[in-house]
Amino acid sequence: MQAASVDIRKVNKFYGPFHALKDIDLAIQPGKVTCLIGPSGSGKSTLLRCINFLEEYDSGEIRIDGEMIGYDAPGRRMPGRKLRGMRRAIGMVFQQFNLWPHMTARENVAEGLIRVRGMSRAEAGERAAEALEKVGLGDKMANHPSRLSGGQQQRVAIARAIAMEPRVMLFDEPTSALDPELVGEVLNVMKALATEGMTMVVVTHEMGFAAHVADQVAFMEKGELVGVDSPARILHEPEDARIQAFLRTYHERNSF
Amino acid sequence: MFSIPVFLDSFYPLFLAARYTLLISVLGIALGLVIGTLICAARLSPYGPLRRFAAVWVSFLRGVPLLVQLLVFFYTLPVIGIDVPAIVAAVVTVGICASAYISEIWRGAIAALPRGQTEAAIAIGMGPRDVWTRVILPQAFTMSLPALINELILLVKASSLVSVVGIMEVTRASQAQAATTFRPLEVYIAAACIYLLINLCLAALGRYLEHRTAV
Repeated sequence: MQAASVDIRKVNKFYGPFHALKDIDLAIQPGKVTCLIGPSGSGKSTLLRCINFLEEYDSGEIRIDGEMIGYDAPGRRMPGRKLRGMRRAIGMVFQQFNLWPHMTARENVAEGLIRVRGMSRAEAGERAAEALEKVGLGDKMANHPSRLSGGQQQRVAIARAIAMEPRVMLFDEPTSALDPELVGEVLNVMKALATEGMTMVVVTHEMGFAAHVADQVAFMEKGELVGVDSPARILHEPEDARIQAFLRTYHERNSF
Repeated sequence: MFSIPVFLDSFYPLFLAARYTLLISVLGIALGLVIGTLICAARLSPYGPLRRFAAVWVSFLRGVPLLVQLLVFFYTLPVIGIDVPAIVAAVVTVGICASAYISEIWRGAIAALPRGQTEAAIAIGMGPRDVWTRVILPQAFTMSLPALINELILLVKASSLVSVVGIMEVTRASQAQAATTFRPLEVYIAAACIYLLINLCLAALGRYLEHRTAV
């Protein structure tokens, strides 16, 4: 078997006395899409945020292409410069888009290329334009985020991440803040990325996306990884009662 | 009776004095911005003693009236052997006093920034310097513009207090004028008009800047 892009082993995280992640083991293979599903508060976002060390984990290890992130050795934090170097290779898309409101769409995408990748303004501008074309926003480059719809903003955020040429992309509920009619355009961009072979970890409530695009689905509840398997096995023939219960409420809520 | 000619005549010397009022306010806010930014940085630093120093700085300077600060500063300098012109002492005092308010204005604006703004920058691999100069400060500045203009207007009015250390700014000049002409009413109304004119201009400048930086 190929070495995992993201290898999560025995990861634990506490918020004070609250045990947020319990001995999580999860391997994400290169070029594959992994969806993290589960009820809110189950720790899926926390786990995702540990992968680029936006959130510190307390024990265990998370390796990106073999290199442990956040710590040089268990319990010893790595220097900021080294951590930043690793984060460059991990793109992240947030629920609230988090575009910088004082910059145009193009500037939002170019900023990281200039500051982090050290590109010239001209080169970064060109790369940004390409990335925006790719997400279908070639005609909105000069717009500030306030002049874009939610779906467009999220596509700019995706362009901002892919322009950095990451090896892994993390999506933290990328469509949860969107009006229902805008969800599709964002999912389509994500599907296209998956088709190109991008390694993706997606926290989502979009079961359709998980069913059709994911290579594996991981179900979390109360900080525990309850099951990891193919979408068909998790979504259609789950053995664990907790997954069955979750899917039952999901279907009830979505039927009319 | 109110004499229009006396009223109009008193404008010329007051306009000359307004240069000092403007000088003190503008240099005061400039100095206040520099010191206030440093104090705010100290206030937000991970280093405890720095944070405490900044907290004491702010509460002391906000807690003592500017007039008293001016007098203390003005009479302390010669005692410790520093001989500077009154105008310098005035600008420094006004600037230091403004720094306390400005650092709080900054702190409020920075705290109001959604956490996701910095997270997006960190996730992309930006270092602390870029996060501050490219993401946090530009937005904090835009958000605090109304409060900063407000502070500048307060300073213009507070600059009248430096008349007590003998600087011929608008208030002191009008006192002198009133004493020689025996027409305090005309002179002081003229002084009021000049302050009002300056501050209306500043408010217009503020609206212009807010409009320009609006996104």
